[in-house]
Amino acid sequence: MIPIGLSFQQAPPISVPFRFFLTAPLFLLAAAALLFAQGPDLMASRHSAAALAATHLLTLGFTSMIMCGALLQLLPVLGGVPLAHPVRVAWLVHAPLVAGTICLAMAFMSGHALFFHLALGFLSMAFGCFGLWLVGALRKIREGGASIQGMRAALAALTVTVAFGLILAAARSGGLAIPYVPLSALHPLWGLGGWTTLLILGLAYQLIPMFQLTAHYPVRMTSRLIPALFLLLTGKTLGAFVPGSAGQALSIAASLGLVAGNLWFAAVTWQLLSRRRRKVPDTTLQFWRLGIGLLALSACMALLPELMDDGLPESWLLMLGVCVLPGFILCVIQGMLYKIVPFLTWFHLQSAYPGLGIVPNVRDIHARFHADRQLALLAVAIATLAASSWFPQLARVAGLLWMIHAAWLEINVLQAAHIFRRVHRVARMRTAH
Amino acid sequence: MSRISQYLSAEHYQCDTLFAEAESAVAEARWEQATPLYGEFRIETEQHFRREEEVLFPAFEQATGLVGGPTEFMRGEHSQMRRLLSRLDHALSSRNAEQFLGEAETLLTLMQQHNLKEENVLYRLAGQALAGETDDLLEKMQALEAQA
Repeated sequence: MIPIGLSFQQAPPISVPFRFFLTAPLFLLAAAALLFAQGPDLMASRHSAAALAATHLLTLGFTSMIMCGALLQLLPVLGGVPLAHPVRVAWLVHAPLVAGTICLAMAFMSGHALFFHLALGFLSMAFGCFGLWLVGALRKIREGGASIQGMRAALAALTVTVAFGLILAAARSGGLAIPYVPLSALHPLWGLGGWTTLLILGLAYQLIPMFQLTAHYPVRMTSRLIPALFLLLTGKTLGAFVPGSAGQALSIAASLGLVAGNLWFAAVTWQLLSRRRRKVPDTTLQFWRLGIGLLALSACMALLPELMDDGLPESWLLMLGVCVLPGFILCVIQGMLYKIVPFLTWFHLQSAYPGLGIVPNVRDIHARFHADRQLALLAVAIATLAASSWFPQLARVAGLLWMIHAAWLEINVLQAAHIFRRVHRVARMRTAH
Repeated sequence: MSRISQYLSAEHYQCDTLFAEAESAVAEARWEQATPLYGEFRIETEQHFRREEEVLFPAFEQATGLVGGPTEFMRGEHSQMRRLLSRLDHALSSRNAEQFLGEAETLLTLMQQHNLKEENVLYRLAGQALAGETDDLLEKMQALEAQA
């Protein structure tokens, strides 16, 4: 009845999540620098070499990097499962993810097959190790709530995303003849609409009521939405390969379902946040609000391509991509990060040195981030990037704004790490005397 | 959800509500209201800790043989929260809003992740392990309320 080895003392060392959190903003900075350097050329098409490189610096280097770090930290807490060999797992995921992301960006920019092959190797290793760890951990959780269900679905979606990505990379490096067009649309669909969104949904079910003191998400949503979205993604995938009008009808029906599901989640989250019991201002909440607003906007924008027979201008699709990735996903992730980082810093110090009077509280640490001003910068950066889909001459300005934003984020995480090291050093000196 | 889990989870919810009201009152410098609200939160929280430490945890340890495991870790987090509560007492008595809000935000985060572990794991296990003793345990927990 009792899982063997059940222990709550399973929080991994702070170095495990922090290595991911400290690295991720550097990839955001690299993507922004690429946008600044390439300017209008990058915004010419979603499939330009620079746009693909920047997108993967974001999805792999930033989003997946933070999500892996957060899951290594959160899963033991959410599921009560100890993390075996946390530092080793962190090394086996982090190092190849860093190397694979760099190689893939270089592969897109240079077109050299060697970089594609290296990226394939490193990324397979990173996601393979992470996936194996996650499967092992999820198997030990006997009674999964909606968050655990979200993680299971997200892991399955990650597997599909990586598989499509590996096939596309093999094709691009010249080794494989495949139906490139449908796969190049399905790969981001599973990555953004599956792996990332399903995980965000699962975490939101747990974290929004917990930290914002809202009511719980309705059970009819938490029990059905994630499986429904997963099925719809599968339907959309099948629709892409079924020839003729049947395939097209399936694809459109699945898209409409995906739009409706995401809008439902956005509407319920917005309503919960506006009726929260905690009234004290909280900037992380504003990151969520901006993100959820952008999710609703993206869902409405995604309807149009389905309803138009003749396709839409590339600018529309680029703007949609901006609203989803640097918009919705980045806002929500940053909102979570600014909650997790100060708490982890405080928690690890407080647990190690309970009697020490110099551990700053989470509000003191958070205050150094100037998160409200950063949120304003982020909103302007998103708007400028979205506008540069239509007015590419704005691309360099957008790149510059995103570089400032990324550097600021990195400085903030570094500040938390610095506080941790400083207090740790003082505490050790005191205990030595 | 077992009845033990329902009872103790409802207390978490009640404590959260009182916490949010006290925190808002301090943030808006309504000290006359903040003091009784915080006082009520303090009493409810301490009663909840005692129900777990004096009734649930010993029964769970006896039924499962898991001594020094999850219950011990939960007791450790209760101690961390009690330290924060005494800092909040001090901030409230000296009407230091900045210190109060800082400690309160820290307590909220610690309290929420603690409640999550209890509700997701410990209460479920306790509900299974102590299914035959539910009435007796609930009675003992309610008796603590009467004593307080």
